[in-house]
Amino acid sequence: MAQLITENRFSSPDAFYEALIETHRDLTPEQSAKVNAKLILLLANHIGDMEVLQQAMIVARGEAG
Amino acid sequence: MLSTYQYPTFSYRPSEEQRTGTVKRHPVVIVGAGPIGLTAALDFARRGVPVVVLDDDDTVSIGSRAVCYAKRALEVWNRLGSSKRMIDKGVVWKVGKVFHGDSQVYQFDLLPEPDHKIPAFINLQQYYLEEYLIDDAMKTGLVDIRWKTRALSVRDEDGRVVIQAETPDGVYQLEADWLIACDGAKSSIRKMLGLDFVGQVFQDRFLIADVVMKADFPAERWFWFDPPFHPKQSTLLHMQADNVWRIDFQLGWNADPEEEKKPERVIPRLKAMLGEKTEFDLEWVSVYTFQCRRLEQFRHGRVFFAGDAAHQVSPFGARGANSGVPDTDNLVWKLKLVMDGVAPDSLLDTYSDERVAAAKENLLNSTRSTDFITPKSEVSRTFRDAALELAATQPFARSLVNSGRLSTPTTYADSRLNTPDEDGFQGAMVPGAPATDAPLEFTDGDTGWLIDRLGGSFVGVYYAGSNPVPADVADAMDQQTRGRIPVTWIVVTDRRTGAPGTAVDYKGRFRERYDAQPGTTYLFRPDQHVAARWRRFDAARTTAALTRAIGL
Repeated sequence: MAQLITENRFSSPDAFYEALIETHRDLTPEQSAKVNAKLILLLANHIGDMEVLQQAMIVARGEAG
Repeated sequence: MLSTYQYPTFSYRPSEEQRTGTVKRHPVVIVGAGPIGLTAALDFARRGVPVVVLDDDDTVSIGSRAVCYAKRALEVWNRLGSSKRMIDKGVVWKVGKVFHGDSQVYQFDLLPEPDHKIPAFINLQQYYLEEYLIDDAMKTGLVDIRWKTRALSVRDEDGRVVIQAETPDGVYQLEADWLIACDGAKSSIRKMLGLDFVGQVFQDRFLIADVVMKADFPAERWFWFDPPFHPKQSTLLHMQADNVWRIDFQLGWNADPEEEKKPERVIPRLKAMLGEKTEFDLEWVSVYTFQCRRLEQFRHGRVFFAGDAAHQVSPFGARGANSGVPDTDNLVWKLKLVMDGVAPDSLLDTYSDERVAAAKENLLNSTRSTDFITPKSEVSRTFRDAALELAATQPFARSLVNSGRLSTPTTYADSRLNTPDEDGFQGAMVPGAPATDAPLEFTDGDTGWLIDRLGGSFVGVYYAGSNPVPADVADAMDQQTRGRIPVTWIVVTDRRTGAPGTAVDYKGRFRERYDAQPGTTYLFRPDQHVAARWRRFDAARTTAALTRAIGL
């Protein structure tokens, strides 16, 4: 079974984070929510592995509680 | 408020020039006797150059201010003979802990490697640091600090800098071949020259307090996101000398700075953090905002800008004083070679090139940290809080948590003074990198450090390993010690040979950190950065690298 990777894979975590925040610059909260939803769909399709995606969803939901 | 420190007063003395009304020309005038100006003055004095320092005040820094001094700045002060007192008095630390709410998210170690002379960081109130630098500068007999003297105007004309200075006795004129503006973030010299200082203003305010208390916190950097005692904001705690603790509270943009500074506002915040039972006294309180900005160029003819006068960063990451000290470290040896007629004037342009590159790196890091710590939009805050929550269980998220990326020295990777590698090497000691330390044992049986032997002049290190030094190599080195640009050579061996002038790499750290094999040769600049390296010694290549490193 494929495993969700939780170790860091970014070569520059700070550069990624900056780009992520920059993507949302000047957007309203509604626009940002839409951008985030699209981003998740794009990345989920890229990953394409249902097992991995389900593990990620469980972690995300569990943490949010 | 309590005081653990007696602020010295340096008496104003009218200068000979002002008294007699004669205009004197000085090789170097430095404006500003803060950590950067004093470091520059001491560096010139150590190279035998007399220097005049103008300062509009008559004491040291009020309050702890910069607090955190990083390894590289301490290595510069080590080269100048001033680091021991700082390290002895300061609080040595290397562990940082990050908390979210009331739980620890993760911790980091800034110097995981053993065998370095200089620690990763010390915390020391800025007034002590300035006092020590002033003591050392005065002992040289070459530093003339003129207190209560303010630069009113500066003109770069006819091959000299003309300065109008104001003292309690009025205005007088002095001249300098070179002027270094170390007059801080609000630099008046910068305004006199009409230079743009552009960048980003952050809409936030921070309360800083020096608190005297006997507390059980360890000597670590503790950073809280959204702590229970200060909800929705951040807090930073640092231990300093004399049981003085430095605490920074994020207040938000709408806070009233005058109100927040009042003890009746500050004390409840501290009680919430420290607990009702902890006894403490306030020593100093201030409220600040900050900007991230820099000058386009740090050289303007005969005027150089260093430290906050040239670049201003957010406090997260301790990149202010820690990037100002390497500015002067970079400038002073170059200026001395130009004064001596050895190097061309264009070498001084590389001061700006190299230190602007460093400032960009510092600004990028400090801006990113600030954006994480003080999110500017709802979505930015959502991502920030999500990263913090995930960090408790998901290792990758810890790498996203940014409570300040602490100051590390810049490698001048793109400098034209570097000789690009022709031979294959592994590791971090690329051309342009600041030398990393290694313990060595010298011929007299004394154990010491590589970092103590580098700097001042150009230094070559030849790694012989277990082989003898070939006679032709020894001859060529000997010639280079007496060349127009003298090189001091150190031969490093992997065992005791008894040969004079050799150093034993008794722990193998030099070999490891410099990817050294027998014959490996490094050339270091006077500021301890790598100029060139090869797999075997070649006199002609060394000379070419030297010539290149002085901008010829």
